[in-house]
Parts: sequence; C-alpha cells; structure tokens
Amino acid sequence: MKFTRDWLFSHLETDRPLADILDVLPMLGLEVESVVDRAVALAPFVIAELISAEQHPNADKLRVCMVNIGAGDPIQVVCGAPNARAGMKGVFAPVGAYVPGIDLKLKTGEIRGELSNGMLCSEREMQLSDEHDGIIDLAADAPVGASFAAYAGLDDPIVEVAITPNRADCLGVRGVARDLAAAGYGQLKLIDTSPLEGSFDSPISWDLNLAADEAHLCPLVSGRAFTGLKNGSSPAWMANRLTAIGQRPISALVDITNYVMVDLGRPLHAYDIDKIDGGKLIIGRANPGQTMTALNEKTYDLDEDMLVIGDANGPDDLAGIMGGERSGVSDATDKMFLEIAIFDQIAVATTGRKLNIHSDARFRFERGLDVTSPEWASGYVARLVMDICGGQASHMVIAGDGADWTREIFLASDKVERLTGMIVPKARQTEILENLGFTIREDAAGLQVSPPPWRGDIDGAADLVEEISRIYGFNHLPMVHLPREHVVAQPAVNAAQARPLRLRRAMAERGLTEAVTFSFLAEKEAVMFGGGDASLRLVNPISADLSIMRPSALPNLLSAAARNQDRGEADISMFEVGPVFLGDEPDQQRTAVAAIRHGAMAPREWHGSRRPVDVFDAKADAEAALAVLGVRRGSLQIESGGPDYFHPGRCGRLLQGRSLLAQFGELHPQVASHFGLRNALVGFELFLEDLPLAKSRGPARSYLKMSPFQPVSRDFAFILDDDVPASQLLRAVKSAAGQLVTDIQLFDVYQGKNIGDGQKSLAVTITLTPQKATLSEAEIEAISDAVIAAAGKNCGAVLRG
Amino acid sequence: MQSLDAVSSKIIDAIGAADSLDALEAIRIDALGKKGRVSLMMRDLGGMDAEARKQAGQALNKVKDEIAAAIDAKQTLLASAALDARLSAERLDVSLPSRPDIDARLHPLSRTIEEVIAIFAEMGFQVAEGPDIESDYYNFTALNIPPEHPARQEHDTFYLPADAEGKRKVLRTHTSPVQIRTMEANEPPIRIIVPGRTYRSDHDATHSPMFHQCEGLVIGDGIHMGHLKGCLIDFCRAFFGVDDLPVRFRPSYFPFTEPSAEVDIGCTRDNGALKIGASDDWLEILGSGMVNPRVLENCGYDPEKYQGFAFGMGIERIAMLKYGIPDLRTFYDSDLRWMRHYGFLPFDAPSIHAGLAGGAV
Repeated sequence: MKFTRDWLFSHLETDRPLADILDVLPMLGLEVESVVDRAVALAPFVIAELISAEQHPNADKLRVCMVNIGAGDPIQVVCGAPNARAGMKGVFAPVGAYVPGIDLKLKTGEIRGELSNGMLCSEREMQLSDEHDGIIDLAADAPVGASFAAYAGLDDPIVEVAITPNRADCLGVRGVARDLAAAGYGQLKLIDTSPLEGSFDSPISWDLNLAADEAHLCPLVSGRAFTGLKNGSSPAWMANRLTAIGQRPISALVDITNYVMVDLGRPLHAYDIDKIDGGKLIIGRANPGQTMTALNEKTYDLDEDMLVIGDANGPDDLAGIMGGERSGVSDATDKMFLEIAIFDQIAVATTGRKLNIHSDARFRFERGLDVTSPEWASGYVARLVMDICGGQASHMVIAGDGADWTREIFLASDKVERLTGMIVPKARQTEILENLGFTIREDAAGLQVSPPPWRGDIDGAADLVEEISRIYGFNHLPMVHLPREHVVAQPAVNAAQARPLRLRRAMAERGLTEAVTFSFLAEKEAVMFGGGDASLRLVNPISADLSIMRPSALPNLLSAAARNQDRGEADISMFEVGPVFLGDEPDQQRTAVAAIRHGAMAPREWHGSRRPVDVFDAKADAEAALAVLGVRRGSLQIESGGPDYFHPGRCGRLLQGRSLLAQFGELHPQVASHFGLRNALVGFELFLEDLPLAKSRGPARSYLKMSPFQPVSRDFAFILDDDVPASQLLRAVKSAAGQLVTDIQLFDVYQGKNIGDGQKSLAVTITLTPQKATLSEAEIEAISDAVIAAAGKNCGAVLRG
Repeated sequence: MQSLDAVSSKIIDAIGAADSLDALEAIRIDALGKKGRVSLMMRDLGGMDAEARKQAGQALNKVKDEIAAAIDAKQTLLASAALDARLSAERLDVSLPSRPDIDARLHPLSRTIEEVIAIFAEMGFQVAEGPDIESDYYNFTALNIPPEHPARQEHDTFYLPADAEGKRKVLRTHTSPVQIRTMEANEPPIRIIVPGRTYRSDHDATHSPMFHQCEGLVIGDGIHMGHLKGCLIDFCRAFFGVDDLPVRFRPSYFPFTEPSAEVDIGCTRDNGALKIGASDDWLEILGSGMVNPRVLENCGYDPEKYQGFAFGMGIERIAMLKYGIPDLRTFYDSDLRWMRHYGFLPFDAPSIHAGLAGGAV
C-alpha cells in the first residue's frame, strides 16, 4: 500500500523524522518496499517569472527570455515553447541542474548566437507527466524564487509498504499510524467519528433480500443521501495525495471515495440518486442469466452465487468488488447516495475470482473490514463530502443486525514467555494491547483480551503473543541454541534417502554432468515417453511446452542436450535424479535416475580415444547405477528389447528375477530427430522405487578366504548361431565351469569370412582358482570338456577349429 | 711365452676397439670359444712336461682371465651405450597433451541441499519427504489456509484436473505440506527438514515455475521462539561461513505460523556486487514462525501440550547468494558452460568436518 509522509502524519502526531519511521515499520511487520522522494530530483527547479520574451533574431520558433528567479540579476534563456510570454510564471532549471526528462545536465550554451543560461521546463522534461505542448504555466500568484517541488506539493515523499494478508487494518493509512503510535512513535490523532444527524429523509432505502441463514453475506450496510452537491475537482491536498499514490484524480465525489478507501481502509460506493430506479437498493444474490456492466466498462455474466446490489432495473453493483456503470456518479451528479457496507469475505473473494476482477475494494473486503464501520464512518464521510462539495446530508439509513465481533481471548500470564522465551512485564503487555485498540480485563491467571472490531485476524492467544512481541520488539528474543539430543549427531538421511546422494556422485564420476530439469513438459513428448495421462495435465500451465507432468526424465534431458547442441556443444553427457509421475497419487510418484550421452565419448584428441557413444555406454551407465544401489552385475539378467522410444534392435532391460530394474538403449532415430539431435544418442533410466532396499547386515564384511594357489586361465572360441544371445553362452559356461571359476570374460566377437552366414564366433576366457591344491592337467581338461559340452547343449555352440 | 703375450695384447686391443656387442661376441668366440685361440693354446698344454705345463698353464689362465675381464668390462660399457642410444631414440614430446580426463559436475542445487542437510544433521534434524502432487488439504487447508483465503492468491498455484468429486490436486506450492504429513505420522519430538521441488505458475526473471525449498519443523517440549532464533542464526552463520553474520528477525505473516518472522541477513552492496556479512543493508532469506495452534490441532496434536517452530527457505536463493550465481533461470537450463563454471566436482562432498564452502573448481 502507498501513502505519503504528510498523509501518514495527518493521523500521527510525532516529532520523529520519516527516516526513523522507515526504520521501524519493517520491525512492526510492515515491510517498506520503496520510498520515493520526488523533491530530491526536483531540488534545483525554482519558480520563475518571465520578465520579457523577445523573438530570437536568428530563429523563427525561438524566443529570448529574461527570467527573474527571485534573487540576483535576471537570467537570459533561449526558449522554444510556443506559450512562453512576458509576465507568465514558469519553472526554471539553472545551469548545473539535471533535467530528468531529457537526461541532461544543463550547461551554459549559445543557441543560434544567443546566450542561454538554463531552461524553462515542461512537465515532461521534469517527468511529471507526458505534457509537452509548452512550458509549465503557473498561477499568477506563484511565489517567484520558491522551490517548485514544495509549491506543487511534490516534496511529500511516497512510501510503499507491503501489507501481509492478516493486516487488513493496515490497508488504511490510519491503521499504519495506529501501529506506529503503539510502538511509541507518536500519538494517534483523533478523528471525528461522531454521528451526523442529517436534515432530511433519504429518498433511497435498503432492501436486504437475504434468507435468514444468509444474513452473514451482508451483516450491516449504511447509506446516506446528499443533495445540492457541487462535484468539481477535489481540493489540491487530496488530488496531490491521490496522484502521489498513482491514482488519477477524477472528480471530487469519486476522489473522496478513493481517498477514504486508502485513508481509513474503508471502501465506499457512490450512486447517482437520479439514476437509481425505484427508490430502493436491493442487496441479494444475482439471478442466473443477469448481466451487468461495471465501472471498468466490461460486462459480466452473473450467477446465483454472486452478491449484487441493484434497483428496479436489476443489479448494478458487484458487492465489495466494483460498482456498475449505469448508476455511478458523474461530473454532473448533484444528488448522491453513499453506501458503506460489510460483505462476507469469502463471497467477495469467490465472486472476484470467478469474474477475474482485481480491485482495491475487493482486496480490502476479502481481507476483512471493521464490521462496525458502516455506522462510525457514516458521519465522518458525510462531513468530508459536505466540506468539499457543499450540499446537505440526509439521515443515515441502515440495514442488517451487524456482525457479532466481540470475543474474549484468554492470555495466560506465562503465555508470552512460553511461546517466545521473551519476558515482557504484564503491565507492558497490557499497555501494548491497549495502544492497539484491544480492551483488557485482568484476572489472577492472566489477561482477558477483547480485540477491536478492525482486528478480525486475531483468533487466539498466539495472535496476542504476536501483537505483544512485534511491538515489544523481536530484537528482544533470546538466542537459544537447540539442545543437542545426541552428543554425536545421528545421520539425517535414511538408507533410501542416501541412495540419490551416492548415485549423483557415481554418475558424475562417470563423466555425466548433473542436470535439473522441469518436472513438466510438452504433451507430445510425454506421450512419446509413455505418459500423457489426462490426470497429469495442468489446468493452468505456463505454456504448452510445460503442460503435463513428466513420465520420464529422459525427454527433458534430450531437450537440454538439444539446447547445448545449439550452443555448439558436440558431446553431451548428462544425468538427472528427479521425480517422474505415473499418476497423480503420492504412491505413483517415482524417483528417476536417467542419463543420456550424445556424440562421442572423448573430444577429438591425438591419442585416438574418441569414438561415438553406443548402446554399451548406456548399458554401462545403467549397470554402474545399479552397482551403487547394491546390485552386482553378475546377478543381473539381460533381456533385449524395450520401450518404443528406443531403437528396436539396440535396447535392453536389466532384470533381477522377474523385476525390471533398468532400461537402456540407443534412442529411436525419430525421437532423436524430434529433439533435433544429430549424432549418436543413447540413454538409460531406472526408478529407485523398483529397487527394494537390501536388508542391512551391518557394516561388517563376510570373512575373506584367499586361495594360496595360482589361478589358471583357459580360452575357448565358440561358433554359434547369430541369434543366440551372448548372455546365454556366458551363463552356460559359468555354470559348467563350476565353483572354481573366479572370472569369465568375453574377449572377442567375430562375424564374417571363415564362418558360416548367420553365425558368429565368441571367444571366452575363464579363470579357475583352485582352493585345495594346484589343478592337474586332467582336472583342467575335465572342466574344459564340461564347458564345451554345456555350450553345445545349451547354445548349439561348437568349438572353433 | 712371447707369443702368448703378443696374442693376449692383440686380443685386448681388439676388445678395446670393438664397437658393438656383436663384434665383442665375435672376439670372445675367437679368443675363448671352443676353437678360440686361447682355448687351442690350452689344448696344446697337453704335450708339455709337467713343470712346463704348470707354468704355461698358469700364464695361460691368467691371460684367459684378463681377456674375460676385459670382455665383461667392455660388454657393460657397450650395453650401457646401447641402452643410452635406445632411450635416446625413444624420446617422446611430453609437451603433447595427455589423454583427456572425464570432467563432469554436480549441480549447485543438489550441492546446496547437501550443505543444508549437513548443517541441520548437526542440530539433530532428519530429512523428510512428500509428494510433488498434493491434495488441496495438505497444501492449504491443513496449513490454516482455507478456501478463498487471501494468502492463496499469493501462491500462484498450478492445478490438476478435478476428480469425480470435484476435488483438484495441486502441484505443491511449498514444502510445508510435509509438516502435516510428518505430524500425522509421528509423535513429538520432531526435528525435520524437507528439501524438495515446489511449483508456482509464475515465469519471469526472478521467478521460475519450478524451484526448490527446504522446510524445517521442530516440535518438542518447551521449544520457543528463542530456539527458532538460535537455530536459524546457527544455520545462517554455518551456511555462509561467516561467524559474526548479522541476522535479523522481522515480524511477518504466514497462515501456518503465529507469531511469524522473516529472517534477514546482513550484507553490503557495492557497485552491484553483493557481500554477505557486514550489515549496511539487509537481505531477506527465510520465512519462519511458531507453528500455529490450528495447524497442530489439524494434525491431532494438543497445542496446550506441544509447540514448536517451522521455517522455509528457497534453495536457489541461498545458493545464488553463497556462490554468486546471478540468474535464477540458469539453474534449469542445463547449460554445460554454466555447469562447468558453477558446478561441483563429484568427489568434493560437503561435510561439517571437511567444510561446506566447496573446494576445487
């Protein structure tokens, strides 16, 4: 909320400078967002009188002016403004002044041979408005030599504070002043809220058309008619303050309603009595199908959930949100009916949200007003109207029984200390609350506290503690270290939470850079990666590219790779550990570990290590990730095939028993081309939830028994059908070689000449480590024979001749 | 014996002149081989009488030893020269680049989260988690933000489609729902932190539709706002590595805490450069407060019996401040140039004992 210094001081009697106020506001919970002192930039600008304005001898459109600035000799200025004339008063910027509108520091100059020592300014040149038809033409009585900023009321700094949703009372300048007074920064000035009798009966009456159980929608509304008004411009002090906070002055009646809204936080609505049909204003629910054109000139479709005010012609006010165009006041209005109402906060919020109207009134109504204000503000506002516009006021007309706002909250004597650790003497607690408008009844156990009607946010003892502690000062809070529950800290993460931490390191050690990409993506890409469920589609996405929750982390990694490719990165290896979504239930969220590699495994370099990435890089990444998760390579089964975003002949699944643990592959060429990736492209993905945590057997390792005997190796080259997977051969070899096998490596794959079509040669070496005695040739021979027999039986393999 | 001396000196001379191991071997064979000259002379000894044989034998043996020693010496010399020559021929230009190293980085976000965890672990906290897709109840209502509460407007919530009952889930706008989930499932005392992804429908220079928060919750006997102050000051000083970091608590409002406080740290701004530490100016980094009794009631806790505090901070924000990262949006761009500059080496794990500042880059 914005206000000016003088506006604040109109409610606060204080000898404190603004700087002190600005320092303390944030410590009261009223965060200062900005302070703008327009006078600083306008300091050099003074009011001047044009003694003469002669035609420039060398330029048709210029005049040579002699300017009196109230001190010293007259100054010669060359001026191009069409309205420059002798005797007028304007605003002068001397040599040395910075003129913000033209971003220039003035220097002595010569314009077409005539000396010019300064500048007569337009409003645009001082950045006051866009007005640039001529120089500022001040009233004849403007004091020559005086500061223009002070004369124009621009020496009143503008303060903007952020008001938290609970402090509806501070959406009025008076509320801010009250907080400052309670904090010891002055006295809250009295305002005259006494009733105003009025001199005639209002021609307009209220008709509260609400069922008994809906009385809370409008618990209280007052109104008053005014006649004989003169609706001209509002007075300068009011117009200046409204201008300062960014509101354009319109007419006295409109300005008064806007001013009171900011001044007291009390929105008003003004009707032109001549435009009200039937002498009654009806407050009730709209009928479905009704429409209304509001003051913003937009027409809205109404429904029965919306609270409206209308006359015989139908609704013309969205209660608490915006008035209607039909019955609002105009410059010609001389008879006004002024409404001061309370509407249900939720009803206002709901309607405002439905119609998407953000108004200053709605902002205040939905945060809650002083529910007694229709009565006490009526006299105050009536006096203000008549002071400015003259005329007569009617008796007040009021409807509704009022809201029950009185309540007593018990604040135990030790509550403040118990909740904050701060010791605030009881007398001080009472004083603070009373200064904020609370009334106190003291008893032996503590204070019985009644909040004032403007503090609807206070609903328990904790709120009272907050009021006391923020005014007393958070700087008095003790600093107490959290007591240690364990001398040596316990782990903060459990076994499951530790896995991503280790995985990230393991992935990065393999040359994969960590990415953090969005949890949502374009629907087309979600579908491409097996997602696209309607339950995961955002109702209000930021853009179509970020419209649905991702089923996989791969597509966003591919997008990221494409962005890097566009920046000239050829080789891209990245991983992400993050959430993916199979459905919208908590148990359908998974933590994915995914990686992609694009391009080559090394830069171009002279050792020759560069080679294109291939599916075995993705497989190795997957196996490494599984190893970190406690799954040994030897315990994995490998199946070829996978989801259709992979190359159908170059992808696989890693399984343990029947559980799928990870999928890897070369990305399908159509997927690669969708993302615009041009080089070799592979990836893998696993979901941590698919890997149950191994039961902890404690930190101790099993006993290691080392053989004293030298291991021996034997090589075999098998020829077998091309479509028999290598894993099948390795499994057969391993089981046939028996318990002495400590290592098996497949060290050569050959297809081509010397072997038949549709066949391949696989060369395997096995390492046997004897446990009891060195192996004899015959024993080795027996194992070899078993290996060859098993390879033949299970895989149709024959030893290569 | 004249001829023996002559033979000997001739052979010794030849050894001296030999210029390769092969030449030396030829000399050895010529002298000491089965049919070598010295060997033949040994054979001739058979025709002599005993005395002469003894004398001549001794002389011959001496010569034979001398020749063998000379050959050995020469052989060592030549072998050494040959090795020198080979090594010289094997010289490589070691100024050529070595094989490229793997160079991959961890993201500043995961790094920062680990630092936060390390510090709170010291203070006895445990990490808790919750789903990114939340019910309206956990994200708002249970946190004392009923429907149509003005605070909801400040959240810029992403919604998912309504179900058959008209209930719509949301992408959690903060990590606070995990407070509720944790209290529902556990009895006090509680000390948790909740790092995680959060979402708001806002996208500009200082807002991202997805970002990270870390929630904290402490419930226990006699936990009051002084503990909140101590805990958060201890955290801020450890995280930024500034022992005397000024920390300020300022009244604020969150529906789920009462009283509520924003936490500012001291900083200086010098020509656009921000320095954490000195206190010319303040920088907001945290929201906090005592858990609202209504929230405790919503979780089935008796607010007369239990109280505690909660806090929440933006991970990106504290990472930007600590590591001098200027632009929020760059966190999610996965720009490899950015990662090489702002990322962390995988071995460089943050810990209390080895430090939290990050080492080599």
